[in-house]
Amino acid sequence: MSGTARTLALDGELTIYRAAEVCELLKTALAAPADLELSLAGVTEMDSAGVQLLMAAKKSAMASQRALRLIDHSPAVLEVFEMLDLAAHFGDPLLVPAAPH
Amino acid sequence: MNLDQALQTFLVEGRELLEDMESALLVVSAEADPSESVNAIFRAAHTIKGSAGLFGLDGVVAFTHVVESLLDQVRDGSVVLDDGLVSLLLACGDHIGCLIDAVDEDRRELAADEAATGATLLARLHAQLNRPAAQQPLVAQPVQEAGFERRAPASEGGEGADHWHISLRFGRDVLRNGMDPLSFLRYLATLGRIEHVVTLHDAVPPLEALDAESCWLGFEIAFKSDCDKATIEGAFEFVIDDCALRIVPPRSRVAEYIALIGNLPEEPSRLGDILVRCGSVTAHELDAALITQRQGEPSELLGCILAGQGTVAPQVVEAALAKQKQVKETQSKESQSVRVDADKLDRLINLVGELVIAAAGANLIARRARNVELQESNSTLAGLIEEVRDSALQLRMVKIGGTFNRFKRVVYDVARELGKDIELKVSGEDTELDKTVVEKIGDPLMHLVRNAIDHGIDSAELRAARGKPPQGTVALNAYHESGSIVIEVSDDGGGLNREKILAKAIDRGLVDAGKALSDSEIYGLIFEPGFSTAEQVTNLSGRGVGMDVVKRNITALRGSVGIDSTPGQGARVTVRLPLTLAIINGFQVGVGKSVFVVPLDMVDECIEFTAEPGHDYTDLRGQVLPFIRLRELFDIAGAPAARQNIVVVKHMGQKFGLVVDALMGEAQTVIKPLSKMFAQVQGISGSSILGSGDVALILDVPVLMHQATQVRQAAASHPVGASAAAA
Repeated sequence: MSGTARTLALDGELTIYRAAEVCELLKTALAAPADLELSLAGVTEMDSAGVQLLMAAKKSAMASQRALRLIDHSPAVLEVFEMLDLAAHFGDPLLVPAAPH
Repeated sequence: MNLDQALQTFLVEGRELLEDMESALLVVSAEADPSESVNAIFRAAHTIKGSAGLFGLDGVVAFTHVVESLLDQVRDGSVVLDDGLVSLLLACGDHIGCLIDAVDEDRRELAADEAATGATLLARLHAQLNRPAAQQPLVAQPVQEAGFERRAPASEGGEGADHWHISLRFGRDVLRNGMDPLSFLRYLATLGRIEHVVTLHDAVPPLEALDAESCWLGFEIAFKSDCDKATIEGAFEFVIDDCALRIVPPRSRVAEYIALIGNLPEEPSRLGDILVRCGSVTAHELDAALITQRQGEPSELLGCILAGQGTVAPQVVEAALAKQKQVKETQSKESQSVRVDADKLDRLINLVGELVIAAAGANLIARRARNVELQESNSTLAGLIEEVRDSALQLRMVKIGGTFNRFKRVVYDVARELGKDIELKVSGEDTELDKTVVEKIGDPLMHLVRNAIDHGIDSAELRAARGKPPQGTVALNAYHESGSIVIEVSDDGGGLNREKILAKAIDRGLVDAGKALSDSEIYGLIFEPGFSTAEQVTNLSGRGVGMDVVKRNITALRGSVGIDSTPGQGARVTVRLPLTLAIINGFQVGVGKSVFVVPLDMVDECIEFTAEPGHDYTDLRGQVLPFIRLRELFDIAGAPAARQNIVVVKHMGQKFGLVVDALMGEAQTVIKPLSKMFAQVQGISGSSILGSGDVALILDVPVLMHQATQVRQAAASHPVGASAAAA
């Protein structure tokens, strides 16, 4: 474990359309020698490409012995996580909104 | 694929499926073994939902899903399909139709009343669904398992869970091709319930090596559904070439799962874990099977296990057979029929019409030129053109059965509304007539059928008193008769009240009090405009509201309508329509320089002109034959020819004569409608262009007959006429 955590907020679509862009963003963020917190509060839409990005980021972080935490999952993210049963994989606490729809 | 076109196909198919569903619903309660119909109903709802899902029509999917769930319970016997439920499902079918219409009209939101209907229906559906929900799983489960009890649960052959196991590995290019694996899972979820998903991330490389636009994901899915394998495969149709899809049916032997593990790229032990996590096999079963496999030679033993199990689960075999049969059927259907735009067909008919006119012109010139060879080739041509005309018209012919079947629903609804028990008997549904006629006859027939139910069929007590069976019958029949189609709407009710109708007609000034009228003439009065406008008609035993509209619509189609009744036994309305509105075989007659056309089917014979002196009727083999002098009727100048003729015309079993100067023989006649300016002209139904380019008028025989009948009545009341008739 190294350094204090940095926070990166992802927002807008986390989909194939922005996959390459977000990929670069994550690479840059992970280049710094610190744990990373990804805030997903602003994610409005997520597709398979988005899921892959998060998985790949998690793998990279683990490979370099750092932690990658996902926080503030937006409803769009929660929906996908629930459908694919991914909560356990990422292992981050999910904050379920009080009145889920 | 053009999505717009696909959507159109969906709309057309959706409506067809709804029709199937409706007709199945209407027969289901009368069937001894309703399973076939129930399946048909379920399939219809299911297919609509599935296709709607593909187009993202969430409204349709959401509503249809509830209907389908209920139907599913009907199918497995946990809900009884009683009368109330049939009504509910019929209403649901209508609502789905509404939703589809809304899609067609590109409306995002339903009208308020439609939305309210939807909500009410949903509430009723849920009430039905919840009723048996408590006991349903308990009842259904053991029954299903009982069917498979015969199989001994051998150690290596133990059975998996009762859900499908779907193993999915997406190809690298799926995302780039614009498809999102998640959307397939979402669609899959509409076909049943996804019990468990394991997302495989093994292939996903770390960020540094990641090509973010390639797809690296795989899924193992435990899926509970009553769909067959083909349907589940169908969910992945768009990516089938771009993914590895393996489906293991419910209750497959453990060996099936082992085989699956062998075929997948991931580590067997990891896959084993996944299967256990999905609940597809238990850990114990898996261990047992893996141990057995390890004991022998692996390659051989895997084969042994597969061979040993002999059969696959029955679902698979059934599905495969059904699929094969379906493919065969669609193939043969496809080769049998082609969908053609009605516009194209109309254009063809128009062209054929022009062809007929042109050929008549050519024929005329050939005759004038006295060239025998030309005449001969022209006559061959004429024969061919006639055949082309007939087959072109045949293209537009449709069976009337489709129209008749719509009335089943009307009878069902109206009878229910009125609290009468009524059966609709349909016969002659294979009788064909022109598509345009079919479209226009729907409303008048609907009126007649409603009238028969409402006013025709008597109350249960009255029926019992008259010794009739408690269930009333309304019958629709169709057949061909001399160039026209006859459609009969009959009922076994109380019949018409002759006296009341007559009194009413006199009261309204439609007939003179002292006039002697035949029964059919009196019954015919109910079609008169003045007769049926007021409420009084309803308290007159009467049929009534809007019968004049029915008559007008039918007359507009160059048809006629009559009614015939036996007091206490029932009534029968007979509608006669021409087979086609476009081209007829005509008989040309000349008066002065004008040419008229009489539809050949109505011409009975031609006789030399004779007349009782001073009267407009003649003696045809001892019968009074009233006639009309066309020269006088149309006010044509010039003296009558030296030898006039009478064309005897027959319509609705009655004959009358038309006095003409010359008989010119038969010819094909392309009917051109008269312009609006001439709409008020009586006795002419249309015009036609002759080979010479002249215009000929087509006589409206039913109207002329009406006039001739008046002549006859005058004759009958006249003393001289009476003696002449006796002669």
